[in-house]
Amino acid sequence: MSRIRQLFVKPWIWSFIGAFLVWLAAIVFTHGYGAGGMITAALSLAVFMVIVGIGQMFVITLGPGNVDLSLPANIGLASAVAMKAMDGNDAMVAVGLLAALAAGFAIGAANYLLIWALRIPPIIATLSASFIIQSIDISYGRGLQIKPPPGYADFSNLQFLGIPILAALTVLVTIAAAIALHRTVYGRSVSAIGQNMRAAWLAGIPVGRIRFLTYALSGTLGGLNGALLAGYFRGANVDIGNEYLLASIAVVVIGGTSVAGGKANVPGLWGAALFLVLLLTMLNTFGVSAGVRLLLTGLVIVGVITAAGGQKALR
Amino acid sequence: MSTDTIAVPTSAPPQAGAINLRRTLRALLPALSLTLILIAIAYLNPRAISYFGFNLMLNLAIPIALATIAQMFVITGNDLDLSIGTFVGFVGCVTATWLHDAPLLGIAVLAGSVLVYAGLGALIYVRNLPSIVVTLGMSFVWQGLAILLLPKPGGKAPGWLLGLMGFKPPYVPFPIIAALVIAAVVHIGLMRTSYGAILRGAGGNPVAIARAGWSLLWTKVIMFALAGIFGVFSGMALIGITTSADANIGNGYTLLSIAGVILGGGEFVGGRVSPMGAVIGALTLALAASPLLTFMHIPPDWQVGANGAILIIVLAARALISRRDAQA
Repeated sequence: MSRIRQLFVKPWIWSFIGAFLVWLAAIVFTHGYGAGGMITAALSLAVFMVIVGIGQMFVITLGPGNVDLSLPANIGLASAVAMKAMDGNDAMVAVGLLAALAAGFAIGAANYLLIWALRIPPIIATLSASFIIQSIDISYGRGLQIKPPPGYADFSNLQFLGIPILAALTVLVTIAAAIALHRTVYGRSVSAIGQNMRAAWLAGIPVGRIRFLTYALSGTLGGLNGALLAGYFRGANVDIGNEYLLASIAVVVIGGTSVAGGKANVPGLWGAALFLVLLLTMLNTFGVSAGVRLLLTGLVIVGVITAAGGQKALR
Repeated sequence: MSTDTIAVPTSAPPQAGAINLRRTLRALLPALSLTLILIAIAYLNPRAISYFGFNLMLNLAIPIALATIAQMFVITGNDLDLSIGTFVGFVGCVTATWLHDAPLLGIAVLAGSVLVYAGLGALIYVRNLPSIVVTLGMSFVWQGLAILLLPKPGGKAPGWLLGLMGFKPPYVPFPIIAALVIAAVVHIGLMRTSYGAILRGAGGNPVAIARAGWSLLWTKVIMFALAGIFGVFSGMALIGITTSADANIGNGYTLLSIAGVILGGGEFVGGRVSPMGAVIGALTLALAASPLLTFMHIPPDWQVGANGAILIIVLAARALISRRDAQA
């Protein structure tokens, strides 16, 4: 009994409950038809939210004002870089992935360089960087119609017993992120900086290096996401990352990570991502128009943050 | 940035003159960057510097300036509005449909949307919510409403609005007069009135303002309501220029407005903003984004990138001035 009560105190449990309820509503509507397929589809799409969510979570945990707004542009550019490097050839998949990761890392490093050199708030630094990245992408990816290598595209859509392989791999990445957050010096330093940057600095934590690593990590994961998205949707696109600005921030916040920083929550990322994807699935099964779907998505996000907002006041 | 606020007290007495000089330099930075861009345009295409040229180049600067002012009010209270762009789009759709067909309904809807903005301010304050997330969610709400209202581009701007935006006063182009009026009105309201000082103080030192007996809830509500009002003006001005609407018409304004406030010398925290700077920042962005690039024969691909580059250059210049300040 107390175990169960403990479970309900965890902030991330609510996102899973929300995801379950939304799924239930959808299958009640279809009279149980496609219940399993919905979960498979939701897992495949949640993967992309979770990957950028991990990066954004580490960044947000650094404290107030830390947020990576360059992710959409980053994802768009990385998708183009990956497709160009792979050039439709299965032998070049590793090279393409590495190129996308390198592009993402470079963007993350550039973001921190701006924050550090110009001493500007991260929001403005990543925003200005994203303007420039967007232009590079438009100019670099113009008319780019390279299909992903067939083997790579098949792999990103591969399923085993209804579970997408990518989702299984991403769970491993998530576990690694949780270990990094709770059990390594790096992760503890991120939390410490988020709780009190000055205190962390006085305690001898290399604040600059940790912040650099965090922005670089977020950038790298954005790059990875771009390469994976291009495989899954069979092609690169300037706008491929657009929805991941809201998604990355939303999964972090709905997942129970404190927006004020210093307190991250890894399992909640999955719950929140599944919740958001299943919410869209549910609205699609109800057959609502694009306008209503956007409207309800927005209202749900505002509603969830309003309901969850009370916790922050306790800090 | 934060360093100069720390550095000023330690070095103030002996070199007050030098610091004042740097402060002036900092304050002049927005105007300086605008002048540089104007010089570049004049050099590349002297004919653009004319009544007709300015009318053409600065046409879209009016809605951008209004959206920037809206964003500035939110930033003054240490918040950020990521929904202003889609809100401008929503207002545009209302303007081109209801305000044209059924003016009373249109006015009621626009007034209602300002109330929604005020309500968001109250919600953010009462529940202590991160404004980024709330407004990000709201950006979907506005866009959804805009698409419901106008699924396909279309609609028609009310005649009086077209007349207003197409106004051609003698000698001075209308966009310049409009920019001056906007800057002056907001400057007087926010920088020269006592309640304006309270509003800025609520961003700079909320505890002090609360101790002095002012309601922080009200300051937040008023800031957001003002943002809503200027967002409405921005959407209407935009439709007055484009004559018809599209649900996605304002999407770019979110980032432009933030960039404009920062270019104009606003700070992200501490209630340090400048209405005149914000308007100048908006003009700079409007000029740099397309006319300058066209004259330099740079493809439109780099329009957004040019905005980013200008932002970084101006911030670098500001950092340089502040750093000297810190060393002085």
